[in-house]
Amino acid sequence: MGLLDKQFDDGNIVITSVEGVLNWARLCSLWQMSFGLACCAIEMMAASASHNDIMRFGVLPRPSPRQCDVMIVAGTVTLKMATRLKRLYEQMAEPRYVVSMGSCSNCGGPYWEHGYHVLKGVDRVVPVDVYIPGCPPRPEALLEGWMRLQDKVRDFTLVKEKGEAVGERA
Amino acid sequence: MAKDIKEIFDYLAGLYPELDLQLDDAVPCIQVPAASIRDIALQLRDDEELQLDSLMCLSGVDNADGTLGVVYHLHSMQLGHKLTVKVTVPLDDPHVATVEKVWRTADWHEREAYDLVGVIFDGHRDLRRILLPYDWEGYPLRKDYEVPEFYLGMKVPY
Repeated sequence: MGLLDKQFDDGNIVITSVEGVLNWARLCSLWQMSFGLACCAIEMMAASASHNDIMRFGVLPRPSPRQCDVMIVAGTVTLKMATRLKRLYEQMAEPRYVVSMGSCSNCGGPYWEHGYHVLKGVDRVVPVDVYIPGCPPRPEALLEGWMRLQDKVRDFTLVKEKGEAVGERA
Repeated sequence: MAKDIKEIFDYLAGLYPELDLQLDDAVPCIQVPAASIRDIALQLRDDEELQLDSLMCLSGVDNADGTLGVVYHLHSMQLGHKLTVKVTVPLDDPHVATVEKVWRTADWHEREAYDLVGVIFDGHRDLRRILLPYDWEGYPLRKDYEVPEFYLGMKVPY
């Protein structure tokens, strides 16, 4: 009797794709790089604390970029920091994600005009997956952003989209 | 005994009759020639009558009239009085003697004033930028500063 003919009726077996399992495992253990740049970092820490407890989503702060999946850019990115931030991003193992938290890292925030030392948006040096507006965003906003990031990981696939013929690849 | 600014000024003017000390009444402070600041600083610190042993703050200023300024905020732990001393130097030759060896606080404060306003403190043992990257060009808090278009390939303006 083949495996496919067997009835899985004992309730302990779930059938899914390998991709689905891997994505599910990854989105439930997105480890973050633990560094903060300004006041947004306070809200980021509040998200880790008992009220919001972001750790229930499998978010662990890691001290090394080698062990991280996500970089939360929480705060004002100065030009001096931007060079270091880019290096940290390059040290992360793929797949890697960037969450831009707060107005400063989104677009320069209050320093957009006179901040000669501020990078006007962290997306000028690293690709950003999720932007969280706010100055600073509440922990709830960070959690919401995290849900959106999880959506992105959930839909991650190595398969090309349907309808794209092999010969059409650039 | 604690002195007010007038008493300190009269006392200093008695000590340095040859110098052009000025008492500014609008903002109580004493203007000091840039070349004499180190001698006067030592006097302010060590004089029994003054004992200004604490440099609370050292600021660099662009006066927007072709001069730069350095402002010293002093406090006497022993006597409880305070004093503000100002130095003015031309923009194209902004040299001020360091007081870093008089008050240790001045070390990093002078580096900051050098970093952002471009006042050069002669005799400072380690005068390099403290906040901005070492390869930064210009002094950003000067009135005539223009923000660069790019820094290390990163676009700076919004």
